[in-house]
Amino acid sequence: MKKMYHVQGRKPREYMKLSGSEIIIECLKKEGVDFIFGYPGGAVLHIYDALFNTDKIKHILVRHEQGATHAADGYARACGKPGVVLVTSGPGITNCVTGLATAHMDSVPMIIISGQVSRQYVGSDAFQEADATGITRPVTKHNFLIDSRESIAEVFKKAFKIATTGRPGPVLIDIPKDLTDPNVKINFEYPKKVNIRSYKPAISESEAKIQQAAKLICSAKKPMIYTGGGIILGNAHKELNTLVKKLNFPITNTLMGLGGYPATDKQFLGMLGMHGTYEANMAMHDCDVLLAIGARFDDRVTGDTSKFCPSAKIIHIDVDPSSISKIIEVDLSLIGETSKILKALNKSISPFLKHINKTSLKKWWAQIDKWKLKKCLSYKKSKNIIKPQSVIETLYEITKGQAYVTSDVGQHQMWAAQYYKFDKPNRWINSGGLGTMGFGLPAAMGVKLAYPKSDVICVTGEASILMCIQELATCLQYRLPIKVINLNNRYMGMVRQWQEFFYEGRYAMSYMEALPDFTQLANSFGHIGIQIDKPSDLEPKLKEAMKMKDRLVFVDVITDQEENVYPMIKSGQAHNEMHLSPTSKDTELA
Amino acid sequence: MKERRHIISLLVENEFGSLSRIAGLFSARGYNIHCLNVAPTNDESISRMTLVTLCDDLKISQLMKQLNKLVDVVNVKDLTEETHIEREMLLLKLKCNKKQRDEIKRLTDIFRARIIDVTDTTYTIELTGATEKILAFINSMGKIKIIEMVRSGALGISRGIDSLENIK
Ligand SMILES: Cc1ncc(C[n+]2csc(CCOP(=O)(O)OP(=O)(O)O)c2C)c(N)n1
Ligand SMILES: [Mg+2]
Repeated sequence: MKKMYHVQGRKPREYMKLSGSEIIIECLKKEGVDFIFGYPGGAVLHIYDALFNTDKIKHILVRHEQGATHAADGYARACGKPGVVLVTSGPGITNCVTGLATAHMDSVPMIIISGQVSRQYVGSDAFQEADATGITRPVTKHNFLIDSRESIAEVFKKAFKIATTGRPGPVLIDIPKDLTDPNVKINFEYPKKVNIRSYKPAISESEAKIQQAAKLICSAKKPMIYTGGGIILGNAHKELNTLVKKLNFPITNTLMGLGGYPATDKQFLGMLGMHGTYEANMAMHDCDVLLAIGARFDDRVTGDTSKFCPSAKIIHIDVDPSSISKIIEVDLSLIGETSKILKALNKSISPFLKHINKTSLKKWWAQIDKWKLKKCLSYKKSKNIIKPQSVIETLYEITKGQAYVTSDVGQHQMWAAQYYKFDKPNRWINSGGLGTMGFGLPAAMGVKLAYPKSDVICVTGEASILMCIQELATCLQYRLPIKVINLNNRYMGMVRQWQEFFYEGRYAMSYMEALPDFTQLANSFGHIGIQIDKPSDLEPKLKEAMKMKDRLVFVDVITDQEENVYPMIKSGQAHNEMHLSPTSKDTELA
Repeated sequence: MKERRHIISLLVENEFGSLSRIAGLFSARGYNIHCLNVAPTNDESISRMTLVTLCDDLKISQLMKQLNKLVDVVNVKDLTEETHIEREMLLLKLKCNKKQRDEIKRLTDIFRARIIDVTDTTYTIELTGATEKILAFINSMGKIKIIEMVRSGALGISRGIDSLENIK
């Protein structure tokens, strides 16, 4: 006779029995992680062993841990999902510090898992021991040192929540090796929710305050909208667009905010700040109501703060309360996710729109159009020597503005920001806050992995590219056909520019002697290298490079050594004191 | 802008690294810590910190926001903003000869302090009170030699029904 089993009541919960390492992998799967950027070593070998058995998550082996952090960062900036890094203890994690600081400054969501020596050795100066949480505390949004197997799952849940909510940022999880021992298994269940009582990322503003803002905005005679990275991180570009169109006000973006509003739209005045456009900076200086959204009044944006927007009432929308009145005291603040606040504002503002003084606004636009006539981004063309600006313009045309562009730091970064017109968010990926040379190439790898079908271009300089050049090997291993555009001016151009302006042309240590032959260097890494040194070759050869869809092409463009970035606001000067060319003086302006 | 003394109370998660996170915030952003006190609360998962800092109005509002932003900080309040009570404890070890004993005893009585340890050559005194009282007592020692001095730093609590532990 067949035996019958009757299950009474609820079935007992079934748990998976897993080791610490397996738990980590399960947590990452539950969070929908598809890539890990990492580098193995003693303290994480158990984790690597567990990773060996999974095909759900692809591990990208970089050639330096700094590269892993920038790649994860680029990935996160492009697609919005947190980038994940796995490194070993000691030198593994110390190599990540620059990448963490870079992500922290620009509020990029990332999870960094670092191995630690086994618990019994912690604090004993053991081999490859470093105080990972201590070293990274100032450059992470939060960090954890796991002290028991049982808490692994909860810590991961918390870490992902903290990294991705509120003002995002990198979160480090340091895990001692003994907790990842494959032979010790415990019950595993990934928490569905986690409550962190001390963490309150979301605040919502009252309707009354939103109306107050709406009223103030519509009272402007000379309005200006200034938006930053918060629009992109907060996925608020659609709401922003709606608002700007409703108002018919001028708008500028910060370096971090480019793409938050379509650059080819007629209401867009270009980037503002130290190397911003004449019209954007002049409009900032003269405006009477400034609406700042997801921006943090960085000193490269404000110039001399005592001369910042001298006659404006300022409204600031930001997710981070500590950004409010930090640098510039504002008149009204709306704290919360930029997309939510803008949505509410779009709703509430309708009845106030009729109060906008159309005549004043028309006059204001007429003034702005006059400023535009300065054509501040025009430059002297040449038949003999390649102008760096023309390289970016040509790239823009060839790619029809559709590429993802990463950059390093220097003049090339500013030219990319000024001349590649970003119409969509998440396309312009650069280290704005920390200004990290070496960011561009690894960041481009992350972007390419997120969007394998899109054109991904790294605009770099001959000095910057050498800081993470080893990642060319990673690009070969994973077939990442990035296009590296090296604006080779044989100088640390930005340093040279400052030395020209402020040190009477004493070019201390800014000339790049002993440069490698970049085409051969690319070849030796298994890629294609081409050099362009004639203006007439620029377009055809760039086209040729962009056509090679399945190869990484390193394009070494020999550019004008002496070109400088204009406009420029020198330190201690105001928005209306720009230099537009080597000869222009502030007095000549406006 | 004028700097003022602020006494700040914090409830923080009793977790690894919380203290250095807070101390790190002060050093990284250039705030001074005049004194700092940390001890357990009734809830073993939470510690209470009291710290005193000198700040102008702009800086203090930024500091409060930065403290609030730390993931480990459960609640924070600038007690200086409202009516509150402050106490500090002092342990003072004095070197004294026979002649000075009466004088020390007299001062101890005046300040309502207590002598808690006596040897042939020393007196150790305990005093609790507002910081001004502690300072006044120390000043009144005159020629008497202070061998060792321990101060708890200010502790503060708001008056009335308010509690930092009412966590929303
Ligand atoms: C890691 C790092 N070190 C130093 C600097 C300072 N710095 C800023 S721009 C620059 C020169 C960059 O030269 P290059 O990459 O050739 O770019 P260019 O300005 O010539 O376009 C330097 C050294 C930096 N931003 N990052
Ligand atoms: Mg250069």
